[in-house]
Amino acid sequence: MTSKPFDAGTYVDAAAAALDLPIAPEHRPGVVLNLERLAAMARLVMEFPLADEIEPAPVFRA
Amino acid sequence: MIDAGNGALEIAAAVRAGRVSAREVVEAALARIEAGNRRFNTFTTVTTERARRTAAAIDARRGRGETLGPLVGVPYAVKDLFDIAGVTTLAGSKIDREKPPAAADAAAVRRLDEAGAVLVGALNMDEYAYGFTTENAHYGPTRNPHDLTRVAGGSSGGSAAAVAGGLVPLSLGTDTNGSIRVPSSLCGIFGLKPTYGRLSRSGAKPFVDSLDHIGPFARSVRDLAACYDALQGLAEGDGACQAMEAEPASPQLGRGLEGLRAVVASGYFAPAGTEEAQEVVARVAKALVATHRIELPEVARARAAAFVITAAEGANLHLANLKRRAADFDPATRDRFLAGALVPASWVLQAQRFRRWYRERVLEIFATTDVILAPATPCAAPRIGQETMTLAGREVPTRPHLGLFTQPLSFIGLPVVVVPVQRSGRLPIGVQIIAAPWRESVALRAAAALEDAGVVSAPVPE
Repeated sequence: MTSKPFDAGTYVDAAAAALDLPIAPEHRPGVVLNLERLAAMARLVMEFPLADEIEPAPVFRA
Repeated sequence: MIDAGNGALEIAAAVRAGRVSAREVVEAALARIEAGNRRFNTFTTVTTERARRTAAAIDARRGRGETLGPLVGVPYAVKDLFDIAGVTTLAGSKIDREKPPAAADAAAVRRLDEAGAVLVGALNMDEYAYGFTTENAHYGPTRNPHDLTRVAGGSSGGSAAAVAGGLVPLSLGTDTNGSIRVPSSLCGIFGLKPTYGRLSRSGAKPFVDSLDHIGPFARSVRDLAACYDALQGLAEGDGACQAMEAEPASPQLGRGLEGLRAVVASGYFAPAGTEEAQEVVARVAKALVATHRIELPEVARARAAAFVITAAEGANLHLANLKRRAADFDPATRDRFLAGALVPASWVLQAQRFRRWYRERVLEIFATTDVILAPATPCAAPRIGQETMTLAGREVPTRPHLGLFTQPLSFIGLPVVVVPVQRSGRLPIGVQIIAAPWRESVALRAAAALEDAGVVSAPVPE
């Protein structure tokens, strides 16, 4: 299965605008880099199949 | 008799017996802090007046023949995110300096004061607890007492260095992804991250509510257990804290290894390039007769899920300031917080659902074992300012990778004791003793047996 590569720069600009979160030009490269890292982490989570019955707990019990 | 090497219970016994006054103990600690802080940069606030007042009250109570608590006269300090009445809680930030002083003590501070301990100050940390090295841009890096050119670990770096350097025998920190266990390992001391929901976080500034824990640091297992026992009990003001009676661990420490089943975590926890860490695990495993190895399922995904939840929840907490004054954040946290604010909801929710799945699978392992052993950090303390390290033949950024082995365990709230292995001529590395939820006492009992056998220890460096 192939998926389109995550375009972190475009995403950062759109999501920041939607959230009304100003990103200063000098901070943007670092934010994009960190979002790329997060996307790589999220890919590991998202590609793992979970049954519908597995729900997030409102309050986690160890 | 009061010097840097004295343990908490030793001090309490001496104060109780009248061999030394609480005032003498506190003055000695304040003098050590003044000298030690110049070397280690651990304290952000020293509560001199409060400490002297508390000590005088203890000496007066003793003079009247009143009952004294289990930690009477023991100096302790807390990570600078626990509220101290009358002091502004900084949480390692510049932004929070503008906040008013805390109106009341955090629940954990109240508990330790009730046990007779004497608060002497607040300790340096990564800004808002988001880091593993305590290289704080606003307050400077905390230095490792074993080697001043090295980091103390983080985010509770000041808490670990203050204990390792002999400034105080006890301290408190917090652990979201490893912030008690990483600095315990790098500073060569004992640390406990209890079960998620065991101890009240009330009055401790949150970082990631889903994953935040509080816990103690000490230079012996008995001191660690005594502090943990003093912190237990019905909790108020913390929605995740479960209403349960105290289950004192101290009385069980002498039970030894009888019937204790220990296994070593393999696979994810033993990548190439971590030979030093594997070596200390092997020493602990040998002493605990842990001959079997076990592979935990999907650990890399667990770390990834914790990483995503942390970024998103942490950023949400600071969103207003990120919008208004991002430039005032520490450069070490700012871009990560800004990116975390933009994380899609689906990633976070899937990570929380995965957490449920992973918890079920890992708990199955505890049907046939009592403790799992794993390294606490992939290596000994890196140099201050060291940007990268080599892991499995790849050059990786130092800071996030210090939490490689801790993050997948706090993710499902398992209790973990870090035991320090001292290595002649080399820096210490800690081993995680991981137990089933609510079985802190089992991990502490194993730690005590290791300490009695001389396998683990936390001497104050010369």
